[in-house]
This record gives sequence, C-alpha cells and structure tokens, in this order.
Amino acid sequence: MLEIDIVTLRGEFVVEARFTADRGITALFGPSGSGKTTILSAIAGVVRPRQGQIKLDGRVLYDSAANIDIAPEHRRIGTVFQDRRLFPHLSVEGNLLFGYNQLAPNLRTQKPTDVIAMLELLPFLDRKPMSLSGGEQQRVAIGRALLMSPQLLLMDEPLASLDARRKAEILPYLERLRDQVSLPILYVSHDEREVARLAKRTIAVADGRVAEGRA
Amino acid sequence: MLDLSPADLEAIALSLKVGAWSVVCSLPFAFGLAYVLARVEFAFKPVVSAAILLPLVLPPVVTGFFLLLAFGKNGPIGEILDQWFGITVAFKWTGAVIAAAIMGLPLMVMGMRISIESVDRRLEMAARTLGAGPWRTFFTVTLPLSLPGILAGSILSFARSFGEFGATITFVSNIPGETRTLPIAIYALLQTPSGDSAALKLSLVAIAIALIAIVIAEVLNRRLPKTHERDDA
Repeated sequence: MLEIDIVTLRGEFVVEARFTADRGITALFGPSGSGKTTILSAIAGVVRPRQGQIKLDGRVLYDSAANIDIAPEHRRIGTVFQDRRLFPHLSVEGNLLFGYNQLAPNLRTQKPTDVIAMLELLPFLDRKPMSLSGGEQQRVAIGRALLMSPQLLLMDEPLASLDARRKAEILPYLERLRDQVSLPILYVSHDEREVARLAKRTIAVADGRVAEGRA
Repeated sequence: MLDLSPADLEAIALSLKVGAWSVVCSLPFAFGLAYVLARVEFAFKPVVSAAILLPLVLPPVVTGFFLLLAFGKNGPIGEILDQWFGITVAFKWTGAVIAAAIMGLPLMVMGMRISIESVDRRLEMAARTLGAGPWRTFFTVTLPLSLPGILAGSILSFARSFGEFGATITFVSNIPGETRTLPIAIYALLQTPSGDSAALKLSLVAIAIALIAIVIAEVLNRRLPKTHERDDA
C-alpha cells in the first residue's frame, strides 16, 4: 500500500497530496496543469517534495522530518511515462529486460514470458522501439516497468499521446494488467471515460490539491 | 603507386603515431571537459569554454611558443618532468604529441559536448526509475547514446593532430625521424629547389587521410540516435 502526505513545489505552484492507494487502479484525475504529474514524480523520487512523508508497504521512501530520501533506483516503483521514453539504442527485448536484468533474482516477481505474452510483444522483440507504432511502444513501456517487479506502478497519462483508435487498442491491455497483476497502480489521467472504465477508485486533483472520491 | 621514399614513409608513420597518441592522451581529458560543459552549470563557464577553444583560433605559432616556455628545460612543467621523471619533451616526438593534442582538443571537446547535450535526459531519468544507479545509467544509456559523437570528435581530432604544423615546428622543431611529421616534411621539401614533386605526393597522402577522417566522422554523426519518437498520425 502507498501512503503519501506531501507538499511539493513546482515553480511557484504548490501541490499538496494526501491519500493512500491499495491494490488495483487508483486514478488521479484532474485537468492538465493541476499537479498530477508532479505528484507522480515525487513518488518516483525524480522530484523532491518540500515536506511530508511517502511510505510504500510500510517502508519509508521519503520523510522530510527524518531527512530520508531514497534514490529513485532503490524505490522499487515502476513508471510508465506519457512520452514512453524507450531506449532508442536497445531492441524491444533490451528495453523490456533493462530493469529486470539488474534486479536480484529473488526479487523478480514478474516473468518475462508472462509479461511478453500478456502484452503480445513476441513479434517485436528484435525490433528497435522507434520502428513501432505509438500504441506498441506504450505496451513495451508498460512491460518494461512491470518487469522490474515493482511494488507500485505509476502510469502518467499512458494514453494521452495516442489517437482514438490506438487508445481503443491499448485499453484491453490495461484491463488485463489490472486484472492479472496484483499491484497497486496509480493512474494519472484527465479523461473521465478512461478513468471510469479502468479505476476502482478516483482521486480528484484540482489546483494542486487532492480530494478523495469514489468512481 | 605513389612511389614514396623511405623518408616520406617515415614522416607519414610519425604523423600517424603522433596523431594516434595525441588522441589517446587527450581523450579522457576531452571527455571530462565535454561532460562538465554539457551538464554542469558553473561560474565563468563561457571563459573555460573559450580557453579550451583558444588553440583553434590562436596563431599556432603562439601555442607552440607557449608550449616551449612551459615545457622547455627551464619551463615550469618541463623542469618538473626533467628533474622528477627524467623526461624531456622539447624537440622530441612526445613533444609533438603534446602540441598535437592541444591543437586537436577543441575539435574533440566540441564534438563530444554536442553529442552529450543531445542525449535526452528524460531517458536517464527513466533508467533511474528502472533501478539503474547513476553510474549504471551513465554506462548503459548516456555513453552508448553519445558514442557516435565521441568517436566522430576523436577522429576529427586525429585528423587535426595528424596534420599539425605550426605549433609542432615551433615547439619541437624539424628533426628527421623524431619530429619531422608529414606536414613538416612537406614544408622542408618546399625549401629545396627540386622538392616540389615529392611535396605534391605527400600532400596527396595528407588530403586522402583528411578526407577519409571527415567522411567517417560525418557518417558517425548521422548515426547519432534520434530521440524523438515516431509520430502517430
């Protein structure tokens, strides 16, 4: 379970977030510029909050009072970026196994064959990511994050850069991910229908403030 | 084919040796400087950047003169090398390497800096979230993505070092077999009444090597990975 209570600055803009997220998809829902991505970045450890505390499964990842700030590479949090950020010099397989390969074998909870099958990536393994469509790239990005066997999966508008047809293509994969992988997933989106279809719980973000509600 | 004399071959071989050593010796410094210039903001950065580029625009004879002052037997660095290590570089081929390395450094640093700057830092961030520490991220993401530019910069710098003339002849003079590199050999031939045809042959060699180097560098630069992803239209 993720427990978060932080204040983060993005320039002059103050973002406050206090909520918990358990197994299944929790949506952070709100308009562009409301601070959703800033919250995800703070959880991933890429942005340092101003103050507060972040805990994952009881482990403290960030605590301003105790001066704890675990580096992103030690947080065991997988991130799927809106802009995918696949490594252009590696094959699809190289991308998928990037996190997996540096994980101690006893920490590997996800099997490459399972993830590749679930996301139907087998035909693409030898290709370079740049030669894939946006939707296919996003599936690779999801697989890559999943194969680092995270304790939490962050998804930052994974469908936002895709057109309607590609969105429809990838939604079933996200549903499979939700139903087959027992993980807390924090899903950022500004699309109401997407959130309604995927999330079991919705947290509204507006003007840098977080308010909990039910989807 | 070109019917080169043993002295010509000696000059070509010496130029290749000086070029290769100057690249090997300057590579770590150039990469360090390029990385810092590409990634770190600090006071007087334009000044540091200009100082590295200086040999590119300074009259080479000035660079050679200052090398002579610094590395000569009584120069501050030359004295240390001589008394502590028993090494003299003035009028030695090793001195030619130093001159060539300094003259080639700007090209190397510029090429490397651009290639490091072209690496998308969001990819490095992604690597960090995937469990790679800073060093691993450097070796698995930053270095491979900037490698074509690093090689291109090294090759251009090699070509520059291979043909270095002004600073070299000022610093280490013109000693056959020791410091008479290809361009200095051409210069020496032009000083003799019947040397024109021999000078022409060596000049053709210089043109060929320079061309090959530039073509290789150009091909490598084209291989710099495009980090922009395909549009989805």
